[in-house]
Amino acid sequence: MSARRIFAIVYLLLALGFIFLPVVMLVQYSFQDGLLPVPPFKGVSLRWYEAFLANDRLIHAMGNSTLVAIASSAVATTLGFLAAYGMARRKRRLNLGLQLLLMAPIAVSYLIIAMGLLIVFNWLGISRSLLAVGIGHVVINLPLCFAIVYSQLGEHQANIERAAHDLGASDLKALLLITVPMLWPALLAGFLIAATLSWDEFVIAFLLSKFEVTMPVMIWSMLRSGLNPALNAAGTVVFAISILFVILIELIQARSRRHG
Amino acid sequence: MTVLTPHCRLDLTRWATWPAALWTGLFFLLPLLIMLAVSFSARVDNRMLAVFTLDNYAAFFTQGGGVYVAALLNSVEVTAIVTLVSLAVAYPLAYILAYGVPARWQRLLLVVIVLPFWTSYVIRSYSWLLVLSEKGVINQVMMALGLFDQPIGLGNTRGATVLGFVHFFTMLLTLTIYANLVQIKESYRKAAADLGASPLQVFLRITLPLSLPGVAVGAFLTFVLAIGDYITPQILGGSRELLLPQAIMLQISRQANFEMASAMSMVLMLVVSAAFLLFARHLRMERV
Repeated sequence: MSARRIFAIVYLLLALGFIFLPVVMLVQYSFQDGLLPVPPFKGVSLRWYEAFLANDRLIHAMGNSTLVAIASSAVATTLGFLAAYGMARRKRRLNLGLQLLLMAPIAVSYLIIAMGLLIVFNWLGISRSLLAVGIGHVVINLPLCFAIVYSQLGEHQANIERAAHDLGASDLKALLLITVPMLWPALLAGFLIAATLSWDEFVIAFLLSKFEVTMPVMIWSMLRSGLNPALNAAGTVVFAISILFVILIELIQARSRRHG
Repeated sequence: MTVLTPHCRLDLTRWATWPAALWTGLFFLLPLLIMLAVSFSARVDNRMLAVFTLDNYAAFFTQGGGVYVAALLNSVEVTAIVTLVSLAVAYPLAYILAYGVPARWQRLLLVVIVLPFWTSYVIRSYSWLLVLSEKGVINQVMMALGLFDQPIGLGNTRGATVLGFVHFFTMLLTLTIYANLVQIKESYRKAAADLGASPLQVFLRITLPLSLPGVAVGAFLTFVLAIGDYITPQILGGSRELLLPQAIMLQISRQANFEMASAMSMVLMLVVSAAFLLFARHLRMERV
């Protein structure tokens, strides 16, 4: 084996070790048998999973996160899809400007977006709530959903749409029966990525929510009141759920690659 | 079949873009413009006064013995360090992945490399505290190696903030650089080698220049996301030194001083815009 090959393997292993270090710690200490979630490791126990499951506030916050994630991603995917569709099918001078506008939130810190919304909602009299958080999450996820769908919209779908139109399908019918089914891998990927990001988003959720909070905000407030071993268990469960999502996205993309 | 005429275009296309544009305009652009206006207005008796003033910006540079300027400089410094270190760690990783791993394993390995990306963000930062704690792995290894005489609390330092950031952005940069590297045609490198270039020359004159767009995109994303992030410095860096997002959050949550917070946000956006111009110019230069 050449020296370069050995160096490559060693580097790969070191990098993987670095990348997985905090995750391994998290999972390991979620099984910590002891009162404190800090090293040294004292042995294996499931007590913190019980504590996590018994923590109503945390479970409730997870429910809130799920609700916000699904609702905001559905809106972001729908708006992003429509925007991409309109942009791809109608060439106009405004397109470049519209595209800039739609993609702009990517370049602005979540903290600034959240603060802007907080000021505007204050003036409009919209109170801090899960609805406000959801509106913010649509803002940050819309560019992603738009970009994902836009990259998948090509001329071949346009031709089939025209054919459907020629055969008497109305605009809406062609859109729902032809375009949407052809684009479903992109739509679903956009939805799942948006949902994952929304589920885990902190700053917007922190500034725009009040009584009903999402999971990251609840975890944050638990952290501030001292280290809580149940957090490791919660984090591990969240990680496991996220991995399920990742596998789902991978499967969908593999499927669309096969068909595409 | 009849000849397709432009009349076949769906009418839906006329308005399909507007709901998204309206949403972004109403909940993104408008708030930004209002923040810009707010940053130029005064705060009198804890109420906003709609007059044009530069007081907030002046306060940014003078108040508290330059504590805000210090926060800005800290942010720029930490972000620059994070971007450079992440690049140094991620580039070889992406390179090995693209050229040293059999093609059918590449995708799987890539998914594995970015897997920790999907842990809860707040919890991931906090997990580093476990690693860095006095009885944590790093202290144990250092003591075993004889590098530390006694355990050192490594959390709540700038180093901890940098470490947390580098961890996150190594994953991100590996993605963007890898995506760029696999697009470089193998024939270019082969041709260079055939013409007598050493492996180092092939890398320096072919691979590296062609991969710079991926590097620039990743570096820009790293810069933007790191400089605007609140969680990582707050959890890992503690309160010994403030970064700008922490200072902004203090203005919002402690003082409810939106005028000052808006001015600080505008400064932050200005820095990001400057970085964008820097990276954009670099990209264009590479294309010429």
